[in-house]
Amino acid sequence: MSEPRPAERSAPETQAFTKSEMMIVAAARELAGQRVCFVGVGLPNIAVNLARLTVAPSLELVYESGAFGAKPARLPLSIGDPTIVTGATAAVSMFELFSFYLQGGLVDVGFLGAAQIDRFGNINSTVIGDYDHPRTRLPGSGGACEIAINARQVFVIMRQSKRSFVDRIDFRTSPGNLGGAETAARIRREEGWLGRGPSVVVTDLGIYHFDDSGEMRLDSIHPGATLDQVRETIGWEPRVAVSLAVTPAPTVEELRLIREQLDPDGAYRK
Amino acid sequence: MSKVTSMRDAVAEVVHDGDVVAIEGFTHLICFAAGHEIIRQRKRDLTLARLTPDLIYDQMVAAGTARKLVFSWLGNPGVGGLHAIRRRVEDDDPAPLELEEYSHFGMVGRYTAGASNLPFFPLRSYFETDLPKANPLIRPIKSPYGDETVYAVPPLKPDVTVVHAQRADAEGNTQMWGLLGCQKEAAFAAKRVIVVVEELVDEAVIRADPNRTVIPGLIVDAVVVEPWGAHPSYVQGGYDRDNHFYRDWDAISREAASTQAWLDEWVYGVSGRAEYIEKLGPERLASLRPSGAAPSGSVDYGIYR
Repeated sequence: MSEPRPAERSAPETQAFTKSEMMIVAAARELAGQRVCFVGVGLPNIAVNLARLTVAPSLELVYESGAFGAKPARLPLSIGDPTIVTGATAAVSMFELFSFYLQGGLVDVGFLGAAQIDRFGNINSTVIGDYDHPRTRLPGSGGACEIAINARQVFVIMRQSKRSFVDRIDFRTSPGNLGGAETAARIRREEGWLGRGPSVVVTDLGIYHFDDSGEMRLDSIHPGATLDQVRETIGWEPRVAVSLAVTPAPTVEELRLIREQLDPDGAYRK
Repeated sequence: MSKVTSMRDAVAEVVHDGDVVAIEGFTHLICFAAGHEIIRQRKRDLTLARLTPDLIYDQMVAAGTARKLVFSWLGNPGVGGLHAIRRRVEDDDPAPLELEEYSHFGMVGRYTAGASNLPFFPLRSYFETDLPKANPLIRPIKSPYGDETVYAVPPLKPDVTVVHAQRADAEGNTQMWGLLGCQKEAAFAAKRVIVVVEELVDEAVIRADPNRTVIPGLIVDAVVVEPWGAHPSYVQGGYDRDNHFYRDWDAISREAASTQAWLDEWVYGVSGRAEYIEKLGPERLASLRPSGAAPSGSVDYGIYR
């Protein structure tokens, strides 16, 4: 296994794209071949829309606000923007969306962000600290809890840091592989969950999939990132694939779509 | 019988101190005009229910109208946190705020059970999460037809639900299009309903397109005609979400003093929505108009005698 070349911070050519742009592009590419994707607020929103314009042109976007088959003409700041309705296949009530589309088993991928994640892909988006007296009160579940249970698989996109990739999450908002793959598979079967849980975590440093034990494994590292950076921004000793790949850099077209079409104000790509 | 009234009279007569109030609308059609009138009338001890408390409940909490929030996602979408609510929750500043927390599907289910007169709503969610510990009203329940266990949430029956919509007739027969959220469920679940519309239309307009009627006048207590009543939320086909204001609120609400100064100027300092809109100015309003029209095709219902 060869260690990727460390980033040369002063070299201008390594600044051709930002870490966030690499993360968004890598996440979008993971959606190749998928059919129906439930889109979360924030980073998932831009990644999924980039996928629709590149690797997954027939991707059906589902927004929890009630749009199915959305074709947004601009990147919505919120997931309830009017642009997701105009030209959509269907605008439905949230009851229909959650009951028939999600719980009915029609969603292939639930795409989520998170404040904290552990090695088994369990997610916290509720509080930092104690629930009754939180240090930081986060937004909470929204639809994430039922998406994690009912979407056929879950993709996660989030930046890595010691505060977000933690040994123990403070609150389990959305279940991942629980304490390991074996227990998770048994419980999912016994309780009749439709989803098989998290399958991809894309960060600003690399791409993780889950190994047989249900733990995150770094399978690809982004160009410019180093294993030292990965270890410094994760709260446990991460598993690394024997044949660690280097993520192909964003193409000119991917960068153009992000900068000119999806995020002209630079809200997501900084 | 016409139920058309002013926002001032509707809120004075329909909303009482201590009520459970739901101003629904998911991103779309959030009736800020009603929320501001509730603030101006200094209603107190309200329990505020909404999937996403949004800026409207951040403002109502900052103004001291609420003692409790019932919700499922507590943030400013795409921007960050709701600071007035966070001050109450994290620092008890100026007083604690009680929280009752669900997921989106849980809240939708609660309104559905409330509207259908059922004792609970069953759903496949909450398994192996900490939410049932945080909120003991979320409970596991065994299927009467097999070994399966699902979770149940209790019905939510607001004392008052406020619904914003594109149009209604004088009796309150209400039509809307775009994202429907759970406005229908929240209205049918409520004891009293205020409908606020951009446009009052003749009954014939409603009857020409019955599939678009979401709320029948049968369950409506008051109809208020309030153009731009949803700003900074939006109305599909009417005006865009004022995303600049959603971003601005992040700075305004960081400190209690700047939050109060904003309320003084934009809520207490105006007599009602008309004055608020005048204060926003024609340029701001023009910038929020859709960039073009996208009319639906019309359908033929046919005549059958």
